[in-house]
Amino acid sequence: MSITTPFRSELSPGRDGFRQLLHAEWTKFRTVRGWIIGLVIGLVVMAGLGLFTAGSVSSSCQASGGGPVRSGAACGLGFALGPAGDPVSDSFYFVRQPLTGNGTITVRLTSMTGLLPPATPPANQPSNGPLDTRPGVEPWAKAGIIIKSSLTDGSPYAAMMVAADHGVRMQWNYTGDTSGLPGAVGPQNPRWLRLTRSGDVITGYDSADGTHWTEVGAVTLSGLPRVVQVGLFAASPVDLQSQYCSGYCNGPGGPTQATGVFDHVSAPGGAWTGGYVGAGYASGVGSYHPAGGGFSVTGSGDIAPIPPGHGGEADSAITVSEYLLGTFAGLIALGVVAALFITAEYRRSLIRVTFAASPRRGRVLAAKAVVVAAVSFVVGAVAAAFAVLAGTAITHARGYYSAPVSGATELKVIIGTGLFAAVAAAGALAVGAITRRGAAAVAIVIVALAVPVFLAISRAVPAGAGDWLLRVTPAAGISLQQAYPRYQQVASTVYTPLNGYYPLSWWAGLLVLCAWTAAMLGVAAYLLRRRDA
Amino acid sequence: MEATIEVAGLRKRFGPAVALDGMSFTVLPGQVTGFVGPNGAGKSTTMRVILGLDAADEGTALIGGQPYATLRHPLNHVGALLDAAALQPSRSARNHLLWLAHSQGLTGRRADELLTLTGLETVAKRKAGGYSLGMRQRLGIAAALLGDPPVLMMDEPFNGMDPEGIAWMRSFLRQLASEGRAVLVSSHLMSELQDTADHLVVVGRGRVIADKSVADLIAAASGDRVELRTAAPAEAMTVLAHAGGTVAAVAADLLTVSGLSSTRIVAALTAGHVPFSEVSAHRASLEEAYMELTRESVEFHAGASS
Repeated sequence: MSITTPFRSELSPGRDGFRQLLHAEWTKFRTVRGWIIGLVIGLVVMAGLGLFTAGSVSSSCQASGGGPVRSGAACGLGFALGPAGDPVSDSFYFVRQPLTGNGTITVRLTSMTGLLPPATPPANQPSNGPLDTRPGVEPWAKAGIIIKSSLTDGSPYAAMMVAADHGVRMQWNYTGDTSGLPGAVGPQNPRWLRLTRSGDVITGYDSADGTHWTEVGAVTLSGLPRVVQVGLFAASPVDLQSQYCSGYCNGPGGPTQATGVFDHVSAPGGAWTGGYVGAGYASGVGSYHPAGGGFSVTGSGDIAPIPPGHGGEADSAITVSEYLLGTFAGLIALGVVAALFITAEYRRSLIRVTFAASPRRGRVLAAKAVVVAAVSFVVGAVAAAFAVLAGTAITHARGYYSAPVSGATELKVIIGTGLFAAVAAAGALAVGAITRRGAAAVAIVIVALAVPVFLAISRAVPAGAGDWLLRVTPAAGISLQQAYPRYQQVASTVYTPLNGYYPLSWWAGLLVLCAWTAAMLGVAAYLLRRRDA
Repeated sequence: MEATIEVAGLRKRFGPAVALDGMSFTVLPGQVTGFVGPNGAGKSTTMRVILGLDAADEGTALIGGQPYATLRHPLNHVGALLDAAALQPSRSARNHLLWLAHSQGLTGRRADELLTLTGLETVAKRKAGGYSLGMRQRLGIAAALLGDPPVLMMDEPFNGMDPEGIAWMRSFLRQLASEGRAVLVSSHLMSELQDTADHLVVVGRGRVIADKSVADLIAAASGDRVELRTAAPAEAMTVLAHAGGTVAAVAADLLTVSGLSSTRIVAALTAGHVPFSEVSAHRASLEEAYMELTRESVEFHAGASS
């Protein structure tokens, strides 16, 4: 045998770190046109369905006394807008006097009573007939003192009050809510309340005995006029537990009323005036009369934010979740691309070339996951940004009302949608690595992601089961898209997945989704190492 | 690192089927080693085990003394073409080489060099799915050579190639070996390796039947037989049998003789006044040698299993 010179390559070896693997997988991804088209389809569907909704939503209305049917913008809003531009309830009975400059109002609240609609719909009750009521106080019925910048619906305010089942509270500008002394109010345990205006700052105090005072909160109502209205108020929101409805409420529930008895009233001004602020519907039950050196004030309504959503009081508001309607269709497209990113290699035995070039299979899976997660994040975030911003613009251009969200919330929803898409796509890739077959992987991804949401939203399963689906399945990631807070001080029927209110907080939803993806990736990595390629 | 492949005692079952049954051989640098055997003999499985793609139940497979899975930038150590169809059909040939290059920290320039070397530069931007099998083989070879490795392993690289391609492949493999690389080429047709391989590992039913240089293999199959062309075969048979030889008639004017050297044959024929036109040492073809070996292996197994 001839002696051979050992072979020496003149090629200087490159590095083979994780960066090189990422580069290779990214090159693989971008060089298959079908996958890029899949991403574009995902993007278009994700952004487009919501824009289509924004462009096609319409509503019609007719004045209660008859007249022409109007549609869309001509209908008006049907609710007031608060200082931040969001829908608010602002209707209550107000016993007031003007306050010029700085000053203080102090009262003692000695009792709170009320009336509720019957628990079951009475037989043969005429729909516009007199209320057949029973004694009881709605849990969030309120009585107390308020400083309000004007009598206009939605104007800024700060108030100290007792909420029937929720103790003393200071609330301001509809969404602000801080608690004070706990417990119910009654002749044996009266509550002293005080509000002080100093410039734009209003400070609330409470006391059990009128001697020892505690500051509950201090808020700044910027731009407060020199002359404001101060006084006593009572309000009681619609009762959602009862199925009774008489004429002026839609959906389940019925009107309630609350009466607060005040004494030791100390206010700077002179004469008192009583009257309703806001929606006239409850004016029939408002009143005040002097009682033992004070007042008894009865009112209905609420001073609170209105959570946007269909079937609620802000039904005509178009919400961010409607703009994001295309998310799941888009996610399916992304999931298909992510799964194919590995199943296509199995189909052609290309996976052997891949693993011969990079024998550390777990790292290959990780690199693939990073690539699909990164592109899906971009697609999800860009689609969400486009859907929310363009959707809002279209809604405004058509003269409709878009339930507003802050810039921070917009950013949260946009980033959140990107994260949702990224983590879900990495999970789909893992499922593809486990099944090694595209069709099976796609079916699993659809069942895991889209079916739970569809069931929960369409109410094909009971609401409780639907909530659980959105808690434990990968679809929990949709919590990242909740744009409007669920106010504990407002009971509402709109807190459903259909309206964009989900059972988990955004981080818990993200955690559930991440746990699923991590588990799938773990199983996939184990199987990749164990199985022959 | 030494440019060798060492396979020792590989065993592997796929369910009830035994794929590898104690496969052992070594591939040395500087020569083309043919890896020959009928379909199902375990050639592809052995190659997958060498590349760490399949796990053997027993035994070891080492590249220059190291298991494949422990190699850093493995394409700089081993280039392999297992399956020319292992491509994403919608990806272009250049992009196929590009991602492989990136995985080893190499650049697109290296990919272009190989496209030129394998004669694919003019079709580099076409989708690989539209390639003929011969073009895919060239692309597979380009991929195998990407890291300029000292060890090359190719599974049935002649499949689907036209005669011109086969000639190109043969000289290419010879050139790679002459550069000092270890080249292992599998085939189920010995004829494809006739003028290419220096050394042969013949396998059947998951084990090595013969592990010899091509020259030794042919000599063994040829035995010491001598071919005799004569117009009088009957007389020649009588004379030669008398002289102690074993004679067989191959054709009307052709005999093979064993047990006698050609010198003694000529002497005996001359003494007996038997005319003849040609006396030559018999040289078996590689194909013949191979058929003999594999037939034995088949018979051995048939006998053992009955």
